[in-house]
Amino acid sequence: MTMVKLTDYPVETTALSTGGPSEPLRQGFGRGLVAAGERNAQVVALCADLTDSTSMRGFAERFPERFIEVGVAEQNLVTVAAGLALAGFIPFTASYAAFSPGRNWEQIKTTASLNRQPVKIVGAHAGLVTGLDGATHQMLEDIALMRVIPNMVVLAPGDSREAEKATLALAADDRPGYIRLAREATPLFSQPEAPFEIGPAYQLTIGHDVTVVSTGAMTPEALHAADLLTDQNIAVEVIHCPTIKPLDLDTIWASAKRTRRVVTVEEGQIIGGLGSAVAEGLSEVHPVPIKRLGVRDRFGQTGQPQELWNAYELSAPHLARQIGAFVRQPR
Amino acid sequence: MTTLSETELSQLRQTANRLRQHTVAMLAAAQSGHAAGPLGMAEIMTALYFSVMRHDPKRPDWSERDVFFLSNGHTAPVLYAALAEAGYFPLSELGSLRRFGSRLQGHPERGALPGLESTSGPLGEGLSQAAGYAYALKYLQAAPRRFCYVVMGDGELNEGNVWEAAMFASKYGLGQLIGLVDRNYIQIDGGTEQVMPLDDLAAKWRAFGWHTLEIDGNDVAQVVAACRAAQAVRSRPSVIIAHTVPGAGVDFMEYDYRWHGKAPNREEAEQALAQLSQEEARL
Repeated sequence: MTMVKLTDYPVETTALSTGGPSEPLRQGFGRGLVAAGERNAQVVALCADLTDSTSMRGFAERFPERFIEVGVAEQNLVTVAAGLALAGFIPFTASYAAFSPGRNWEQIKTTASLNRQPVKIVGAHAGLVTGLDGATHQMLEDIALMRVIPNMVVLAPGDSREAEKATLALAADDRPGYIRLAREATPLFSQPEAPFEIGPAYQLTIGHDVTVVSTGAMTPEALHAADLLTDQNIAVEVIHCPTIKPLDLDTIWASAKRTRRVVTVEEGQIIGGLGSAVAEGLSEVHPVPIKRLGVRDRFGQTGQPQELWNAYELSAPHLARQIGAFVRQPR
Repeated sequence: MTTLSETELSQLRQTANRLRQHTVAMLAAAQSGHAAGPLGMAEIMTALYFSVMRHDPKRPDWSERDVFFLSNGHTAPVLYAALAEAGYFPLSELGSLRRFGSRLQGHPERGALPGLESTSGPLGEGLSQAAGYAYALKYLQAAPRRFCYVVMGDGELNEGNVWEAAMFASKYGLGQLIGLVDRNYIQIDGGTEQVMPLDDLAAKWRAFGWHTLEIDGNDVAQVVAACRAAQAVRSRPSVIIAHTVPGAGVDFMEYDYRWHGKAPNREEAEQALAQLSQEEARL
């Protein structure tokens, strides 16, 4: 009596439709970490039982004596790292963002940041696209959590090339820092030789109708949306913001004072995220109408990458529709 | 203590086999998820849902029910299979695991499906919740007939949260709390004793004041007997260290940590189902 037949269990999968070359952010991080380890013998890496999926395997194999496996223990992960930093090392700690900084926020605040130690928090699998794991593993609050901590650098690179450069920049920076990574392959839009520094926002297109400030892997979607909007005679100025803290308000304002409209785009909660940071910053000095696009105060859910970006209205056509509607609103 | 009849035992073994078949097929349909843990836990889930626990699939919120927490939420497929086989929801829904819009989320989410008492996935959070519930049963609700069961993976015992709960439950003598550790000696990065050694695990639990049992967790009769023995100890919490084979029932998955976080492809699933239905024919 065979109860279970595979034919009753069909497969349905769809990947993100990227078009051009693409790579997961985490792979750029993995390369950057090895390079940082080669440049500086004080760089050490710690992982909480996710060595392959956080892309720490390369470092672990290249520098086995500088790689530490702490097991499934995120609080221990960052506090051991703080101890290593106090002893003079530059520790990179990796887990999924849902667990680090999701679980160990107070330890990060006290032992890394208040202690003024260069502990680096690597949050892998952030955002909605986490391989069907569902709400528990979809970290949408990490930007909010990390940017409220004094001294903390918060980075959300836009593609794997930038993730590699951001990792090297973090290793050379004496502050505690957070770097947000994602699981799925996303488009490469930055040039291999493009400079990267902690701090600046980068203007990617020129347009006079609206400023779109985006971060992480939302930037290629925003660029695609800007293309779609040129058909409607809407010229979009896309500003890519890989550093969320400290935020480059000067660059954002230089654009916003011409366009008089700002849209923010992020794969996370708009409460407390990049949209909040931009709104808070601009409203104090140069108030302009702002539309925040991202996850609107709800949890994630199981789904294929494209299904999720569609359902949460974050894929390029959804962004274009919302940006277009915002531009057409009477001022 | 009641002993299981041969007929009952045979039915339980067949149920465990079906849970394995469902698990393989669900993972093959999702092409995502975890294989080794759920397969190894089939007898544990069978014993709990088909012999040990007082529950009523038609009344998931029955006020006299025993309460179940799955702390290692990534083993959700075998819980979903058990809930469906028990009648909480239709078996035909199992194929929707990890689909957009499905009630079978990648990790269990309270409210998504009937019978899910709590949300899990992030590790090490089940024992505390079960302890909180057991505290309420003992001290606040005077409900001595109800028990709280919690299944934990061994890898998640790396989390400090587990040992905070272990001290708490011991302090308050939570005899209605029964923990089961799926001791399969693997986690994502490798063997548990390489990643973060846990042995002597029984000695650790005993040192924390727990009534501690060790069994073969792939022998459903032993799981049932251990739960009954745990129920009889009312002065302190019990933990059953259930030694299991990761990937049990599928020879190419057994004992291999690389199957912790992986789903079989269609060909591997066909092969696994063939092995499991051969075993079913022998039962």
